[in-house]
Amino acid sequence: MSTPGYLLPRRASAQEGPALPRIDRLGALLTLVGAAGLLLLPFVAFKANRILPGDPRGLAQVLPLWAALGCQATLAVVAAVAVLAANAPLRLAAAVAGLVVIALALAAAANGLTPPHNLIVRIAPGAGFWLLLAALGLLATDAITRMRPGPGTRVLLLAVFLGGSGLALAHGTFDDVSIMREYAVNASAFAVAARQHILLSVGSLGAAVVVALPLGIFCHRVPRLRPGILSALNIIQTIPSIALFGILMAPLGALAAHVPLAAAVGIRGIGAAPAVLALFLYSLLPIVANTATGLKRVSPATVEAALGMGMTRWQTLMSVEIVLALPVILTGIRIVLVQNIGLVTVAALIGGGGFGTFVFGGIGQAATDLVLLGAIPTVVLAYSAAVLLDALVELLEHVPR
Amino acid sequence: MIAIESLTKRYGATTAVDAVSMVMERNSITAIVGTSGSGKSTLLRMINRLVEPTSGRVLIGGRDTESEPAHRLRRRIGYVIQGHGLFPHRTVAENVGTVPRLLGWEESRIRARTAQLLEALQLDPAVYSGKYPHQLSGGQQQRVGVARALAAEPEVLLMDEPFGALDPIIREKAQDDLLDIQRRFGTTIVLVTHDIDEAFRLGDRVAVMSEGRLIQYDRPEVLVTSPADPLVARMTGSSERAMRLLSLTTAGEAALPLNGAGIEGPSVPASASLREVLSELLWRGSECATVIDAEGTPRGRLTLAAILARGRSR
Repeated sequence: MSTPGYLLPRRASAQEGPALPRIDRLGALLTLVGAAGLLLLPFVAFKANRILPGDPRGLAQVLPLWAALGCQATLAVVAAVAVLAANAPLRLAAAVAGLVVIALALAAAANGLTPPHNLIVRIAPGAGFWLLLAALGLLATDAITRMRPGPGTRVLLLAVFLGGSGLALAHGTFDDVSIMREYAVNASAFAVAARQHILLSVGSLGAAVVVALPLGIFCHRVPRLRPGILSALNIIQTIPSIALFGILMAPLGALAAHVPLAAAVGIRGIGAAPAVLALFLYSLLPIVANTATGLKRVSPATVEAALGMGMTRWQTLMSVEIVLALPVILTGIRIVLVQNIGLVTVAALIGGGGFGTFVFGGIGQAATDLVLLGAIPTVVLAYSAAVLLDALVELLEHVPR
Repeated sequence: MIAIESLTKRYGATTAVDAVSMVMERNSITAIVGTSGSGKSTLLRMINRLVEPTSGRVLIGGRDTESEPAHRLRRRIGYVIQGHGLFPHRTVAENVGTVPRLLGWEESRIRARTAQLLEALQLDPAVYSGKYPHQLSGGQQQRVGVARALAAEPEVLLMDEPFGALDPIIREKAQDDLLDIQRRFGTTIVLVTHDIDEAFRLGDRVAVMSEGRLIQYDRPEVLVTSPADPLVARMTGSSERAMRLLSLTTAGEAALPLNGAGIEGPSVPASASLREVLSELLWRGSECATVIDAEGTPRGRLTLAAILARGRSR
């Protein structure tokens, strides 16, 4: 990576001689980004405590010379593969190697810079680390896309990624990194937040499916009402999430104050109730719209044949129409789940709990590490949900229909 | 037997089917022919109540179709539509087994019946049972559609433009197969088509519909020799009605006794139509043909004069 001269795109187009291998444009761009991160930006930030701005340190300053050189050499090889190699599995292997190397470098830097038994000093990943992480992550994603893996393989890759990261975290590899320091302090709150986050996003999704599926079927059966229902749901979708949480606080608070039963089952102006209700409302449109669209795409001849064979309306709906529309309906559910996992973060503002608690707590305390402790698991959760449901949709589409 | 009694369907101000009464005999094929918008499909769909009549009634085997829930009625009536309407997410065997399964047949009986029907329609069960509709050709899909309609041994088979999506060569084969199936299972078939040739080829009786009304309903040769309406005359084609008439009679039916005469002129199979025999005679410049049966034994003779006499209106 220290010799990026040959990456210049102009030379790629100027020299189309048969002797030179084709230069990969994405690889070249990612190499430039990664090289900039490595050479121009700090790899880690040394902070005397959790809220002080960091003191930037380059890779060479935080690792022993041999380790820094080894790390750079590895990244140079990764860059060469990214720019020159067309073989997707090789590109993936290079990206993974790069990711492992920078992760280990971060762990080693945190380990080396932290004075023994000092729990106040924070070694945070610097801008250079994040840039490298982004470049290598994109390289890996791109390589996986080029390999066109089947749904099973994609889930397997996700499991390997989650398993590897989980093992490293459990082993304590990153214990000296600032975010894990923050985790160590908040371990029990983290477990609670994780449970709340999943419950809120999946629970509101479940409630939405129960309502939106019949509503979508209704839209399909009574096309006259379809535009009205969809535009009403569309309007809900345009309300900013924070505003909707705020709007719901007043009526739910009033409900709790005047109806003892409502208060008894946990409905309050703040907390989980308005969060679930808002997420539920946001979830309706994608599922209703996709259900109606999916049903509409089922061939009328198939439905007529089902009725003509003597299936009842209900049998036709359940064993023909819904089954054939399922991939489209599931795509709607996937959109909602990923959207909800993100939105739950905002629900922390009204006391809904979840990873947003750390994000907003961190913003309040100007503690970036705490913000990241909330943000990173949210991203991982949303990404995993997307991969899993995409795989499921594709699996169903492969069943001939 | 299907008895239709002054059956009417109105959609608002338009009358799709206007007081149609007719009787379809048991074990026969009735072809309903008409232009699009003539009400022929609506009439057919009122028999299995996919369309509920505005007035009038339908009796199948003497029983009013309104006397039971529509889905139960439909399980007793086979139904084939254009473009087959097979379930794309189910295998051929599952498609064929649809109605038996709705009726709660035992799996072993469903399997046996499915295999029997696929064989009857020249689809090797071992090869085709597990395939999905999209893996079949158009002709094969159409045959699976017919097998599915016949699966629960229905007394009546309704077919709405069943061969409309097939190209001409496959279509002719499919029509022959249908005649075979009808002979083999003795099903009462009602078939809707816009193709007069198909109606004449398949129908024991042909019903001509226009603007919701039944204009004429009779044996094909009667439609040619005494059309009840200029429209029927136009449909049967006045310029070639003699030829059409000839195409309705086979050489076997028209053959004159041999009376000791030797084999003369070209040999024609007994199943060939007089139209084909005439064409053969003209081509060869011959006056006389010998009719042979499937084994090749001479069964009779046909002269040009005898054929021409058959093509004359009586």
